[in-house]
Amino acid sequence: MKQVILAAHFPGVNNHTVWSDPASGSQIDFASFTHLARTAERGRFDFFFLVDGQRLREQRGKIHDLDVVGRPDSLTVLSGLAAVTDHLGLAGTINATFNEPYELARKLATLDHLSGGRAGWNVVTSSDAFTGENFRRGGFLEHAQRYERAEEFVRTVNELWDSWAAEDLVADPSAGTFARADAGEFAHRGTHFDIGGHFTVPRSPQGRPLTIQAGDSEGGRAFAAATADAIFSRHSRLQEGQAFYRDIKSRLAAHGRSPDSLKILPGVTFALGDTDAEAQENADHIRRQQVSPQTAILLLEQLWNRDLSAYDPEGPLPEIDPDVSEDSIIKGRTRMYRDPLKAAAEWRALAESKKLGIRDLIIEVTGRQSFIGSPSRVAEEINEFVQGDASDGFILVPHLTPGGLDAFVDTVVPLLQERGVFRAEYETTTLRGHLGLESER
Amino acid sequence: MSAVPLHLTVALDGAGWHPAAWRDPAASPKALFTAAYWAALVAEAEHGLLDFVTIEDSLALQTTRLDGHDGRTDQVRGRLDAVLVASRIAPLTSRIGLVPTVTTTHTEPFHVASSIATLDYVSSGRAGWRAQISGRHTEAAHFGRREVPELRPENLADIDKAPLVRELFGDAADAVEAVRRLWDSWEDDAVIRDVATGRFVDRDRLHYVDFEGEHFTVKGPSIVPRPPQGQPLVTALAHARLPYEFAARGADVVYVTPHDTEQVRAIVGEVREIAGEVRDPDAGELKVFADLVVFLGEDGDEARGRRARLDELDGAAYTSDAAIFTGTPGELADLLLEWRAAGLEGFRLRPAVLPTDLNAITRGLVPELQGRGAFRRAYEADTLRGHLHLPRPASRYAGSRR
Repeated sequence: MKQVILAAHFPGVNNHTVWSDPASGSQIDFASFTHLARTAERGRFDFFFLVDGQRLREQRGKIHDLDVVGRPDSLTVLSGLAAVTDHLGLAGTINATFNEPYELARKLATLDHLSGGRAGWNVVTSSDAFTGENFRRGGFLEHAQRYERAEEFVRTVNELWDSWAAEDLVADPSAGTFARADAGEFAHRGTHFDIGGHFTVPRSPQGRPLTIQAGDSEGGRAFAAATADAIFSRHSRLQEGQAFYRDIKSRLAAHGRSPDSLKILPGVTFALGDTDAEAQENADHIRRQQVSPQTAILLLEQLWNRDLSAYDPEGPLPEIDPDVSEDSIIKGRTRMYRDPLKAAAEWRALAESKKLGIRDLIIEVTGRQSFIGSPSRVAEEINEFVQGDASDGFILVPHLTPGGLDAFVDTVVPLLQERGVFRAEYETTTLRGHLGLESER
Repeated sequence: MSAVPLHLTVALDGAGWHPAAWRDPAASPKALFTAAYWAALVAEAEHGLLDFVTIEDSLALQTTRLDGHDGRTDQVRGRLDAVLVASRIAPLTSRIGLVPTVTTTHTEPFHVASSIATLDYVSSGRAGWRAQISGRHTEAAHFGRREVPELRPENLADIDKAPLVRELFGDAADAVEAVRRLWDSWEDDAVIRDVATGRFVDRDRLHYVDFEGEHFTVKGPSIVPRPPQGQPLVTALAHARLPYEFAARGADVVYVTPHDTEQVRAIVGEVREIAGEVRDPDAGELKVFADLVVFLGEDGDEARGRRARLDELDGAAYTSDAAIFTGTPGELADLLLEWRAAGLEGFRLRPAVLPTDLNAITRGLVPELQGRGAFRRAYEADTLRGHLHLPRPASRYAGSRR
């Protein structure tokens, strides 16, 4: 039987993170990160996962103020977490567009040293000039160039990591040799990066920290199949998950890779209860907290691409059609609807047939709780996904900081362990080891 | 006895500041890239009640050449990222300040602001930043976005006049200003969690910093809420008028490198004069610390013998930009008090060998200074600014509403 991979996502910027609940704690204090990471380690999770954002979102030209906003620098927090955990992998989303390969390779290799081989990064790129306003360069790439630059970025970072062989660090006082003469030497002459010299970080425990990829487009899939160790995917329904899984795994052979060398990990949410009915009640409660009346209007505006602040959240949908012009009402976040007119027509039909006001409709159409049920049902479904090759495991996105994973670890994890599909104890000390991937020595 | 206790910090770098330190019998050269090594050093410094430690960094391998790679295999080569080292140590310590070096030249001020603010969160208010320029051709070649000529001795004869150096310090001043604005860009009470209006944050208490410099612009606000200290400590090492001006404009602490008491007076006088001209009066007084490399021994001969043996191993007599002290902790205490009387507030000691000279500082020098009433006997504050008696500043944007 396949073993389930589990990662814990620290909940943050978006309306899925519930901050209004009395159980919601600080989004920024290190104690919150410590709590979630230690809970994940108590549950023998494979890794902890942080996402990224380099500019505060704006909607209608104003800073978005309804959702959790603000977060720490990923790698700095992960390095702190290395001190309060022993086995848990530590992965962060890093935007390659707003970083330089030399600096980022140093930081990731440093984290790998300081955590004893537990570092990972989720490579994302941006063509977002709005975010680019915070940086010297970047944000000005053509969309088509994103994966090309990202591919070269990852290749360059790997070259830097490979520039020290494990034997290059000699550190022998009696021989008087600290490091070999050519340790760290590299030269990368490419389209996007033309750099050369010497890298400062000796070969790290994993050799190469884990590389994770998101991205569902053809370019994203090709990039992941060529370079990634894991994919953070969006397909959290069984059949579409299986189709994605087949597609990605079938691409690996062309790169000389085995199907096991790339792990597919959808990001998923969950709602638990003692019984399935209680879990459904919890799920409904969470949804209402996630979609406040004000949030309902804001989410509606993201489809309509218009100012709808005058509308009643309990009232009917606007009769006016969405604005389909290029200019987006929201900045710092991708527009989510490819065909707004079609989507609006579907929403109207749904609201009409179920007699839903704006907020209830938004709750209905933006809901994406993946697993709702008693611990035994959730354990069953998770295992079904993995054994059915719809994924290799999951990145769990709790809705609460910092206690959102507690119940899952206390109730679902033991059931997965009983089934023999999830480790009872860590068997390795590195992130690659946990995922059954070989270290790149 | 003197009224104001002095401030004491140590500069951590590799196996110590002597190039052959890693070959000392007490050194752990194989451990230099492990968390345990750094944790033990910083724990020792905290045990000695030091104000803070600095952690050196660079974006190129260490070299004996002014610029370029020297290919030597008999000295420590390789470094970890200093911010991440500091963050890794932060949860293992509770009082000591953590001041990593980060260059202003090839980094993004937005990232620097985020990472130091985050270090302040991870350490609950103990973060600082040693802002440094990177003038080397080799470092620029690692980034490939800026042409920098190779540094030569003749370029440095009068660094205040070298155009590249002026440009780099101009850039550094812009970086510090942008970073400081980003730290202020969230007012302290910006997170409101107001269920009635559905608002997590009060957007009127978030501010665009709109920094525009010659080489970069930053829009803001920060992605990190205002850090616990409000403004983490900014420090800089300076040897000449131009960097003194940079420090006087942007730093809280400047490290200078006098070689005798007369130079202490002259340099402190020059720094104070420059600060009087260029420093914002609201920024508070700039603290002046002196850097000293130290070889310590229970008797002076022991320290001198150790230094001589290391020099022999390295094949050259050790030299430094800073004065090199060799002697007993008692003699060092005499020197520090004499220099303090000449105008300094504190010292950044560079241990020649780790952990040997660090241990001599915490277990020899510190008790010696305590005995003379010149150093704290217990930490009196929880934050780095607190150790230095610096108030927590209000955000420059507080009260202004967009």
